[in-house]
Amino acid sequence: MLVLDCPFCGPRNESEFAYGGPALAPRPADPSAVSDADWVDWLTVPPNPMGEVEERWWHLRGCGAWLTVRRHTVTHAVTEVRLGR
Amino acid sequence: MQRYSFLSLCRHALGQHRGWAPVWRTRPLRDRYSAIIVGAGGHGLAAAYHLAKDHGITDVAVLEAGWLGGGNVARNTVTIRSNYMRDESIPFYVKSVAMYEALTRDLNFNLMHSRRTMIDVLQTWGMVRDRRRRRLIMDIYGSTYRDIDVAELRRRIPALTGGGPGSRLPILGAAVHTDAAVNRHDAVAWGYARAADAMGVEIHQQTPVRTLLRGADGAIAGVETARGPVRAPVVALAVSGHTTTLTETVGLRLPLRTINLTAFVSEPVKPVVDVVVNCPDLGVYLSQSDKGELVIGGATDLGQSFRRDIKQSVFEDTVAAMLELFPAFRRLKLMRQWGGHLDMAHDASPIVSATDIAGLIVSAGWWGGYKAIPAGGAGLAHLIATGRPDALTAPFGLNRFRHLDYVIETGTTTAR
Ligand SMILES: [Zn+2]
Repeated sequence: MLVLDCPFCGPRNESEFAYGGPALAPRPADPSAVSDADWVDWLTVPPNPMGEVEERWWHLRGCGAWLTVRRHTVTHAVTEVRLGR
Repeated sequence: MQRYSFLSLCRHALGQHRGWAPVWRTRPLRDRYSAIIVGAGGHGLAAAYHLAKDHGITDVAVLEAGWLGGGNVARNTVTIRSNYMRDESIPFYVKSVAMYEALTRDLNFNLMHSRRTMIDVLQTWGMVRDRRRRRLIMDIYGSTYRDIDVAELRRRIPALTGGGPGSRLPILGAAVHTDAAVNRHDAVAWGYARAADAMGVEIHQQTPVRTLLRGADGAIAGVETARGPVRAPVVALAVSGHTTTLTETVGLRLPLRTINLTAFVSEPVKPVVDVVVNCPDLGVYLSQSDKGELVIGGATDLGQSFRRDIKQSVFEDTVAAMLELFPAFRRLKLMRQWGGHLDMAHDASPIVSATDIAGLIVSAGWWGGYKAIPAGGAGLAHLIATGRPDALTAPFGLNRFRHLDYVIETGTTTAR
């Protein structure tokens, strides 16, 4: 069980949260300047390291905030929880 | 190859079983092959077997980081079925299930293959409609689903005493998939390895691949292993969760996320369930092995994970879900748990495909890939040998992402 330190509620069990997928890179500012291949890459290819990833978690059974969590994919160690992206 | 039969068993019994040959040979690692397959799991070994058998290509090395059959082929619930959703998926899995049926004879290796009807226990109207929809699509492709009512369900699974009218999720009905089966995962790996080895394929265990190698022209040139470089014009990756770990070494990005899927078994008990029971609304499925252990699986861990153990919360949720329907199982002791890391593609369908790097082929995204081993191996071999996919794996190329032509497959996991 992960323990995520919500900025509003403090440390809470993973079961209070809903997983929201990998945190995507910022949406390209000028969509018309982005090639089709780069769009597909942005949409479908998340970083997949044996290391830290950033992912979105929703404090569904708590304050309702969307958080961004930095977590290690091998150790599960959480090194950052922040509000928003 | 020493063939196994009743007669050979009798003959070797007379020699006190000292005359058996090794099931596959260990040979020196050469520095060059016609093709390299990375990963001696189900898909890698099946591909090696079909390369030799269907295409006559035997100058092949299968490189395995650990021991043969010690990866995900040993870390699943051996459930074989074809109740999928999409026009692209169902024919592939129907073929794979049929190939499994004949595999004991083809490989001359007893896989202990056991036809085992699978029954989906339906507890929400949404799931009832989903299974009806799946049944109508599966009918087109020769797979089977049949609706039964609650009384028939309880007659067929007497241990299923939960889910009554007063419960949280009363059972509404069930869907019966008669084409399911279970078999022995070790035997699948060993059987393919033995047959491929007999035709000349080399299998090298304890040979982890560190990086992929590219030539001056940008094409794949081979792999760098812990035992030195090995060169080949074609390299196929069948390494499950570590696909991107390897492709990143040559700068290739793939639409894959690695996640952790787990299972556990109870102590052995007398026969109590003779079907594979799947409870998609609760997220748990189970069957009973020939040894008598209940083999129990649940949902994946959330988020990306390269771990091979089970997270306590996933374990507790799965047990709680099972006990809602099988309250008597609370007295069972649980014996072992295991997890595997698998990579899931953006649309949850597999990827059997050439890549942007000439000569580099990937077989990845297998979520529940155990049932896909025969057809997936044959398709991977076809791609290695000819450079083109066969008809059944053609829909699973990487090009589908380029064209946003996804095969969005909700049948991938039983527990959904
Ligand atoms: Zn909160």
